[in-house]
Amino acid sequence: MIKAQVLVAGRGKAGGIKPASSPDEAFEVAKTLLSTTIKGEKVAKVLVEQKLASKHERYLSIVVDRSSRCYTLLCSTEGGVDIEQIALQSPEKIIRHKIEPLIGLQTFESRLVARRLGYSGKQMNQVTSVISKLYEIMLDYDAELIESNPLIETENGELVAADLRILLDDNSLFRHQKFLERMKTFEPDMTDLEVKAREKDLAYVELDGDVGIIGNGAGLVMATLDMILDYKGKPANFCDVGGGASEERIASALEIVLANPRVKVLLINIMGGITRCDDVARAILDIQKKMGITKPMVIRLVGTNEEEGQRILAAANIPSLNSMEEAAAKAVELIPKVK
Amino acid sequence: MAILIGKNTTAIVQGITGSQGTYHTKLMLEYGTKIVAGVTPGKGGTEVQGVPVFDTVEEATSRFNANASIIFVPAPSAKDAVLENIAAGFNPVVVITEGLPVKDEIQIMEVARLKGTTIIGPNTPGIITPSECKLGIMPGHIFKQGKVGLVSRSGTLTYEIAASLTAAGLGQSTCLGVGGDPVVGLSFVDVLEMFRKDPGTEAIAMIGEIGGNAEEMAAEYIKNTKYPKPIAAYVAGRAAPPGKRMGHAGAIIMGRSGTAETKIEALKNAGVKLALKPGEIAKLLKSR
Repeated sequence: MIKAQVLVAGRGKAGGIKPASSPDEAFEVAKTLLSTTIKGEKVAKVLVEQKLASKHERYLSIVVDRSSRCYTLLCSTEGGVDIEQIALQSPEKIIRHKIEPLIGLQTFESRLVARRLGYSGKQMNQVTSVISKLYEIMLDYDAELIESNPLIETENGELVAADLRILLDDNSLFRHQKFLERMKTFEPDMTDLEVKAREKDLAYVELDGDVGIIGNGAGLVMATLDMILDYKGKPANFCDVGGGASEERIASALEIVLANPRVKVLLINIMGGITRCDDVARAILDIQKKMGITKPMVIRLVGTNEEEGQRILAAANIPSLNSMEEAAAKAVELIPKVK
Repeated sequence: MAILIGKNTTAIVQGITGSQGTYHTKLMLEYGTKIVAGVTPGKGGTEVQGVPVFDTVEEATSRFNANASIIFVPAPSAKDAVLENIAAGFNPVVVITEGLPVKDEIQIMEVARLKGTTIIGPNTPGIITPSECKLGIMPGHIFKQGKVGLVSRSGTLTYEIAASLTAAGLGQSTCLGVGGDPVVGLSFVDVLEMFRKDPGTEAIAMIGEIGGNAEEMAAEYIKNTKYPKPIAAYVAGRAAPPGKRMGHAGAIIMGRSGTAETKIEALKNAGVKLALKPGEIAKLLKSR
């Protein structure tokens, strides 16, 4: 089997795993794979593995259970396929076991799940140990997901983890310096601007529209995007400068959003809480001067120190609107007027 | 009447000497919140905004009576700070800090559950009972005392909607952000239950967003309890692509789950009035 080494889920379905029956064929398959992109990510490496005749495929994972505020073991007697599909079609094949947060997963619990997955004897002991180890990895690596899919049982009864996926918790990276370092060395599934935004610690997601958006607060920016859609416009990005945004952060956000060539109009939506409107106003003027911004801007600025912020903008002849609706409508209205 | 905090709330601020801690202590004091002490390890004996600072919570509580706390400690030390506050018996404990690892949040919530402590947050703007007490970072002037309870997963959207409620003449009983992280102390169901029991709350504004299933669970609860007070809701993130984190750690569509559409559908089916724009919440509550 030739497997594309890409950081995406569902690579099999996307054509990233191909069989080969001779070294020559393997060479050809690998060559083709290495020239493709899977779900937007270039294939830089492939893994060549022995093809296994599997008798059974199972699914093992540990997830963060948001509503129960704990880790939960999520397993299924059906592996190799999309777990969401199984959850929809045959929910009875899914085994859920909540893990007690303070004492953690006990061996008897791993064994209980191994039994429910249908294992017995030596295999049961093996799977018990695999489940317990997955939990150890989950904690040691601060993962938010660990998924062994499929766990294969070969015709002669051997157990093989044919695929394994770990999602790390970005918020935990301060205690995992080696991962922070490693992140710099590979090409993530991100655009250049998204990478740049991450370096500046800004929440930025690129989309395919033409209205550039900057706001403070994730919910507010999401709502701004939704509103642009409702006014029949297309957002070019999500960009949240967050709470307590300094002048410097706002300037970086402006730089990144405006570096996207698709952006025709810039909509800035600030509802000040921690963010002070006068900081925002000064940052906008500063960067406008430095970058010589010619693209039209629509600004909505209310909240802490709003009078001061609006006064600074007005003194520089930049109008600011009071409502989010007005600002979103205005931004969409300007699009056809921009060449 | 209100929920969780009010006139009798006296609080300590943990992480009071940091820039956010100091700035917001000033704003909370100006709003009228009774802040009796601050805590920052290593800064004991100093003063911030006239508030005495201690090295440990224990020293602060031996000198002053406090029943609530608010935390501005940076993420790497936040778990320790929250646990110190839970141990001191404060209730509620408001955790403003953003960026806590999920593993820490899971442990914190379990300890809080065992001790019976209500955690607001992490990654929250906090909580305000207008004209009585503010334990948070929200601009106080946009809120007005009244009868609408507001619960939200987002900070600035809370301000947006509270301001429009106030402008429409609809005051608020209590407004709180449950927090934007995957694991937080309060669910929509928890808060709806508190508002249900609160005689001072007559209607509810609920602000959800993509990710997880807190809105779907709220819908289920509203249906099952034949919720006795009118609810208007707004759910952000219809334009969000799957698999991308939209600012909040918890705002992510995983595969097919956690989309705005399924949440809106579930809430509608439970009889909740849905606003297409944040500004419409006030209209929906006014027209009832």
